[in-house]
Amino acid sequence: MTYEQLEEFGDELDAVRRRVLNDLGQADANYIRRVIKVQRSFEVLGRIGLFFPFFWPVFVLGLALLALSKIIENMEIGHNVLHGQYDWMNDPMVNGKRYEWDIVAPAEDWKRSHNFVHHTYTNIHGMDRDIGYDLFRIDEDQPWYPRHRFNLPIAFMLMLVFEWGVMHHNIERDDYLSGKMSEAEFQAQKKRAWRKIRRQVFKDYLLYPALAVPLIPFTSWWVPLAVLGANVVANVIRNIWSFNVIFCGHFPADVQTFTEEEAENENRGQWYLRQLLGSANISGTPLFHLLTGNLSHQIEHHIFPDIPARRYPEVANDVRRLVEKYGLPYNTGRLSRQLLSVARQLAVLAKKPADPYKQGNSPESKALREAKREAAAHAGGA
Amino acid sequence: MGNTLSERLFTDHSEASIGIIRRLLSSRAVASLTSPHSIDHYLEQLHPMLAVRNVRARVVEVVRESDQASTVLLRPNGAWRGFKPGQHVQFGVEVDGTRKIRCFSVSSSRARQDGLFSVSVKAHPDGYVSQFLHHELRPKTLVYLSQAEGDFVLPDPVPDPLLLISGGSGITPLMSMLRTLCDTGHRGNVTFLHYSRSRADEMFSDDLDQIAVDMPSVRVVRIYTREPVPDAELVGRFDAGHLEHIGIDPADAVSYVCGPSGLISTVSDLYEKLGATGQLRTEYFKVPAVDLDAADATGALTFENSAKVVDNSGETILEQAESAGLTPEFGCRMGVCNTCAIRKNHGAVRHVISGDVAANTDETIKICVNVPVGDVNVAL
Repeated sequence: MTYEQLEEFGDELDAVRRRVLNDLGQADANYIRRVIKVQRSFEVLGRIGLFFPFFWPVFVLGLALLALSKIIENMEIGHNVLHGQYDWMNDPMVNGKRYEWDIVAPAEDWKRSHNFVHHTYTNIHGMDRDIGYDLFRIDEDQPWYPRHRFNLPIAFMLMLVFEWGVMHHNIERDDYLSGKMSEAEFQAQKKRAWRKIRRQVFKDYLLYPALAVPLIPFTSWWVPLAVLGANVVANVIRNIWSFNVIFCGHFPADVQTFTEEEAENENRGQWYLRQLLGSANISGTPLFHLLTGNLSHQIEHHIFPDIPARRYPEVANDVRRLVEKYGLPYNTGRLSRQLLSVARQLAVLAKKPADPYKQGNSPESKALREAKREAAAHAGGA
Repeated sequence: MGNTLSERLFTDHSEASIGIIRRLLSSRAVASLTSPHSIDHYLEQLHPMLAVRNVRARVVEVVRESDQASTVLLRPNGAWRGFKPGQHVQFGVEVDGTRKIRCFSVSSSRARQDGLFSVSVKAHPDGYVSQFLHHELRPKTLVYLSQAEGDFVLPDPVPDPLLLISGGSGITPLMSMLRTLCDTGHRGNVTFLHYSRSRADEMFSDDLDQIAVDMPSVRVVRIYTREPVPDAELVGRFDAGHLEHIGIDPADAVSYVCGPSGLISTVSDLYEKLGATGQLRTEYFKVPAVDLDAADATGALTFENSAKVVDNSGETILEQAESAGLTPEFGCRMGVCNTCAIRKNHGAVRHVISGDVAANTDETIKICVNVPVGDVNVAL
């Protein structure tokens, strides 16, 4: 694409954005409120159902409803509200500044690392901390270290405890250690995380099980344990689901990454292009899209993070039209296909690369990093 | 006396048991169960009026006061903690999915027994919400309120003598005071001086006539500046002569004035000259005046939290804040990440990308992509 074409591409996407934002109204407000109503109802019914472990159909239904409500709360409500998608409604209940979600990661710190760092510097090596989450090698251009042999098992473990991974990821320890973040700010982040952890753990793993204790004389000694277990399982189900949706959005094989040099002085069209090439969609039914928080439309979400998610299916038509017009790739596929692609990517990149420059511990690689550091220090000093 | 304002209020016994449920629902134990959300997030799903903290009200009636003004009678939910005469509320109506919020003064008597209260509003030609209220608001509509706010209130006990001066729609908070005094059988001397263009423009004309008859200790003097009635007691705009004529010594009477800024500055200047500033309480009646077509940057940008005011340079609010030495949070600086979103207290801003103008009181804006249009006040 020429520079002029890119500018035109950017202008056309800006026009789509303007059109949708100007069209927002009562239907969008009603939609998010309806989703919230369904989610809150599921949550309350689910929690009530869990007090009947001696009658397993109700208990299983309760567990399913609680897990479902946590998925909807995190995906279609929490993630999207925290992006400020519904700030135009001027309703404190769905205000991105005030909303706190049902996950151990505090909204405030997640918004910084996700809304700002990840969405601005999408897929730029060294800037977007979401590439590999510092845990595994998911992209060719990441240096390989021996621990990457365990790419797949580590990813599997992370999937089960994903909310804890997100919380830990948001505490920017490396920024603090490298001096980019002050001690006070780092401590404040940790304090917020501990506070949120206490509340979440207290509610799910102590308070609700404790409420089942008075049932013991009428039922059996293990009823509170069943409530506790169900809460753990509901959280794990939500973790598995959100992990899979998110990994399919950025880590299938065809998704592209960028270097800092490539992303310097971008115009609007280039920025849009990076978002398009750095994301992948998952095809599915409207219910599936709802349960993914419309992150199945990861491409549209990355191009327009502040457009209410229910508009992504409609926006996708415009994006696809433009993608065809300019001959650009558009990465989409069924959940199974995208998942398989992610898994294969993790497996392939776990192997030690033959190229010594790609091995993080090789002398060549170390020399390269040293040269880069010197160049940067030089540029900074000049 | 035995009939102070506070004693006459909320003596209904059913309030007590509801109070216990309310306290229970707003307890820490319940908050832990619903964490990270508030109990209101759940209660409101059952019924929109059911809330522990969020004040909601149903419109009972919309009464036309004049061609320009309406009174909205409201039935608040249990979260409403009542008001003191002279206070205002933030009044929000949902129009096309967006909550539009403006401040309106309470106009009703605090001593009403039916639990209802009213706000009165003059429809300004460029006031979106006031126009909506005046022309389109219907009974049963749900409205979103704040608790009553403001220090422009009568002390308890009520000063004697008392002087109330108002101009135009500035009458509203004073009307609430006057009605409350009337309902609570206040016996002290009250003088009420009201300026409006004509009798047709005047709000609450019938009530004022009635109060003048019912309360011998209250003197109501109305001045119509454009269309004075024949043999009127006083004519023209407020001046020292008006006070002399009605026999009020500013040094002696506690005075309240509410209305357009012109009236308030005239009154304030006079009181200052007479060394009676300590006796005067003022409340400006804010009229949003925004020239949306102005090509040049006009007005002042106020950073409320840091008490700084700068001349609007036409740059984004983020840039202007940084030029003023503030360090607001920001992220992408291109309207994407929402890190810089803050509350705009009042005034209008234009989105640099969409060109949309946002003129709501108390709304969230991204300061990296909004420029002020005229006077703007932000929470920075």
